[in-house]
Amino acid sequence: MMKHLLTLFLFSLLSITNAQATQENDVLPTILPLLQENTVASKQQAINTIATSSDPRKAAYLQALLAGELYLHPDGTLALITNNQALDAKTTEALQLPDTEFKKITTTNNLRSQLRKALEQLNMTDPDPKVRLQAATNLLSTITPEIAQYWRQLLGTETDSKVKAALQLGLDLADLNATEKSTRLQAIQLLAGNLAPEVRKRLQPLTTDSDPDIAQAAQRSLKQINDQIKLYSYAETLFFGLSLGSVLVLAAIGLAITFGVMGVINMAHGELMMLGAYTTYFIQQLLPNFIDYSLILAIPAAFIVSGLMGILIERTVIRHLYGRPLETLLATFGISLILQQLVRTVVSPQNVPVANPSWMSGSLEINSVLSLTYNRLYIVIFCLIVFTLLFMVLRKTNLGLQVRAVSQNRAMARAMGVRSARVDALTFGLGSGIAGVAGVALSQLTNVGPNLGQSYIIDSFMVVVFGGVGNLWGTLVAGLSLGVVNKLLEPWAGAVLAKILVLIFIILFIQKRPRGLFPQKGRAAGD
Amino acid sequence: MLLTTKLKQTLLALGTAAAIGFTTLAQAADDTIKVGVLHSLSGTMAISETTLKDTMLMLIDEQNKKGGVLGKKLEAVVVDPASNWPLFAEKARDLIEKDKVAATFGCWTSVSRKSVLPVFEEKNSLLFYPVQYEGEESSKNVFYTGASPNQQAIPAVDYLMNELEVKRWVLAGTDYVYPRTTNKILEAYLKSKGVDEKDIMINYTPFGHSDWQSIVADIKKFGSDGKKTAVVSTINGDANVPFYKELGNQGISAEDIPVVAFSVGEEELSGIDTKPLVGHLAAWNYFMSVDTPENKEFIKKWQEFTKNPKRVTNDPMEAHLIGFNLWIKAVEKAGTTDTDKVAEAMVGLEVPNLTGGTAKMLPNHHITKPVFIGEIQEDGQFEVVSKTPEVAGDAWSDFLPDSKNIVADWTGKETGGTPCGNYNTETKKCSGQNF
Repeated sequence: MMKHLLTLFLFSLLSITNAQATQENDVLPTILPLLQENTVASKQQAINTIATSSDPRKAAYLQALLAGELYLHPDGTLALITNNQALDAKTTEALQLPDTEFKKITTTNNLRSQLRKALEQLNMTDPDPKVRLQAATNLLSTITPEIAQYWRQLLGTETDSKVKAALQLGLDLADLNATEKSTRLQAIQLLAGNLAPEVRKRLQPLTTDSDPDIAQAAQRSLKQINDQIKLYSYAETLFFGLSLGSVLVLAAIGLAITFGVMGVINMAHGELMMLGAYTTYFIQQLLPNFIDYSLILAIPAAFIVSGLMGILIERTVIRHLYGRPLETLLATFGISLILQQLVRTVVSPQNVPVANPSWMSGSLEINSVLSLTYNRLYIVIFCLIVFTLLFMVLRKTNLGLQVRAVSQNRAMARAMGVRSARVDALTFGLGSGIAGVAGVALSQLTNVGPNLGQSYIIDSFMVVVFGGVGNLWGTLVAGLSLGVVNKLLEPWAGAVLAKILVLIFIILFIQKRPRGLFPQKGRAAGD
Repeated sequence: MLLTTKLKQTLLALGTAAAIGFTTLAQAADDTIKVGVLHSLSGTMAISETTLKDTMLMLIDEQNKKGGVLGKKLEAVVVDPASNWPLFAEKARDLIEKDKVAATFGCWTSVSRKSVLPVFEEKNSLLFYPVQYEGEESSKNVFYTGASPNQQAIPAVDYLMNELEVKRWVLAGTDYVYPRTTNKILEAYLKSKGVDEKDIMINYTPFGHSDWQSIVADIKKFGSDGKKTAVVSTINGDANVPFYKELGNQGISAEDIPVVAFSVGEEELSGIDTKPLVGHLAAWNYFMSVDTPENKEFIKKWQEFTKNPKRVTNDPMEAHLIGFNLWIKAVEKAGTTDTDKVAEAMVGLEVPNLTGGTAKMLPNHHITKPVFIGEIQEDGQFEVVSKTPEVAGDAWSDFLPDSKNIVADWTGKETGGTPCGNYNTETKKCSGQNF
């Protein structure tokens, strides 16, 4: 209790001194006319004034400007507006002004990078080591002898090992331009194997240095770095391939059920994915404040929507056409056009915005040359989960048993008491539902619009046919390997040619092995 | 027997009714001047083109409220070429032959324009084309109210070079005629400015490309060389969203590697999550955010017409407005809607644009336009960071070896007396439309 009181007392004392300081060092009167002028040059001057002032709230001002939360009222009130709440920028008291009158103070790239630099200088002494590390890393490119001097001081008092390393890196970089040769050589050696892009930038000109020793040392260090980068870039390509592959698998896996197991050529498969993507959009619209969670909710919802639509299509159209592949193809193609135009008329011909939840944005930095983007990473994982679940359903459940029985021998299955019509509808619904779930994943990668399905339908058929009709494992292996092959080809063939080469490869492969990678064996293969 | 008589009677009645209907229709047609609107309302291009159809309907409606033109009301004839290029030519033929339109406003993609061009030339009818394009064309029957490369791409590159001090260039585009020609011009232009071959990276992707991982990783590597790098993007339509998303996810911000786009406008931004795009640039001849009284009034009218207070305006809409106003003015000046007379009256006419300047129709059938560079803001609008005075549209690029000696002049002043759209100033010969 005593302790609390003491803190409270100290705190109030602090705010009193703060208030006094504010009156003396208040930067607002100087910058207000500059902000009101509202040109790039005047704003630049305003930022400089704030950064060099000793106003205790200067970090807050810069932060707000950078985030675009600083608003100006015609009467000269500067406000922080976040989530529709207006606070006075100076006193942080709530404002009761009509917010329509406020005009946002806009920034451009040049202003933002100026703001960031100014803020990072302040952040070098931030209590949070993460913030300090970020600041040190971002300031590496601006290092000069004067700054190096300051960093040396900081290094003396720094406790966090990561921040220490970043500071040391900065000092080494500064040493590259030192006057003494031994210092330079030592710095070059210390920098060998460091993957930060700044290191490469600074070593590159040294490889042609007038001093042969320096040039040689720089070349050696640079080679060491480049060898490592090469290794990581292979890992990166592999990851890109797997992520493209998992998208292909997700798109194809529903089709592997409807086409592979039931033998229905479903051209509307892409549109079922589109419905799944639109479901994600509608759920986000319904829950605008829960963007981070709505995606999770969208998965079962999309499964139900697309699954029900699939059952509807099966009951009304496809069941009359079993055993007539050409008619099924035409009928489902018609359905796909109807669904597309339906969305165009009911929702809009424009694409709809689907937001990425915060946990799907950004990337996992393994080091400064290899980073895996979260959205792709999650989709690879998601793809494997969907695959496993589907596999379990087909292998371990009663429905799965009946599905396999009907697909292997319909007459026999019926004789054993399986209601084949019901199984057909459920199987088609399952395949369609999975397509809907794939649509949720696609909504995070690509545009959600009426044409979404069309761009994936060819790829889906390609994967299923390549993997071997009727084989889930085949679909997985085919999808992932096509993804990796595509990404291996892309760097030297270009995106357009890579796609063509993959198609040619599949055509040749199908000539040689018409039943795909993993052909069905036994009696089921007969029909 | 009785049945057949009855049938005959019915048929007769129907026939008369139809005949009466027809004559009233024909009469109505005589009292109005028909204007063709040739924009896709379905298929992939519907996203962009439906807006332009609505713009034309609004403009025609407004002109009729002012009393039409030459004492007659205007009547819009809207057809749907369904994003299908050969169908564009068929629909254009229908408009000219069956509906007898006085002029047509339409097309978006270059391939659709190339497809209708022979029809308009054969039937001698007028087309107003409102979209930025790759240039290298000037037809007697077409008025190009969108930007040619020297009114969009080159000023954008100048801005990056002079203001942002960009030294390395990525030219990324979708694989079709507009990006390929524009990039060819830009490459030649950059080289003429002393940019080294290895500081230029050119990349093409298919339509609707959605897997940008490796390309963005390449751009990142290309940009980590120490020299300031920028991307000049002619990536079209849908492919932009995943591209910007990938840039954001791989941690490339607009401050590190800015992207300047020629196909991303307010309309495209209104359909997407703009967060990853903030700070990237676009070059256009009009932005909705330009603060002039003319623009404010136009936006108000548009939002009232579409009954949507959040509806945005964009560059091709302004181009249609300018084209339409020029046509009205030319028809009034010529006193007729006859193609040749209107085309002759058109050259040299001036109308105000929406950004406080004037658009003048040049002898090469292109117009003068100011160039704006804007930074994308979170609300899907642009903050203008640079503005040029009006630039005259150049039909034939000066930076391509094949076309630098070619000029277009439909008054004949610069082309040896005879009007010509493809005149070689060296050989003094007028060729056909293509080389």
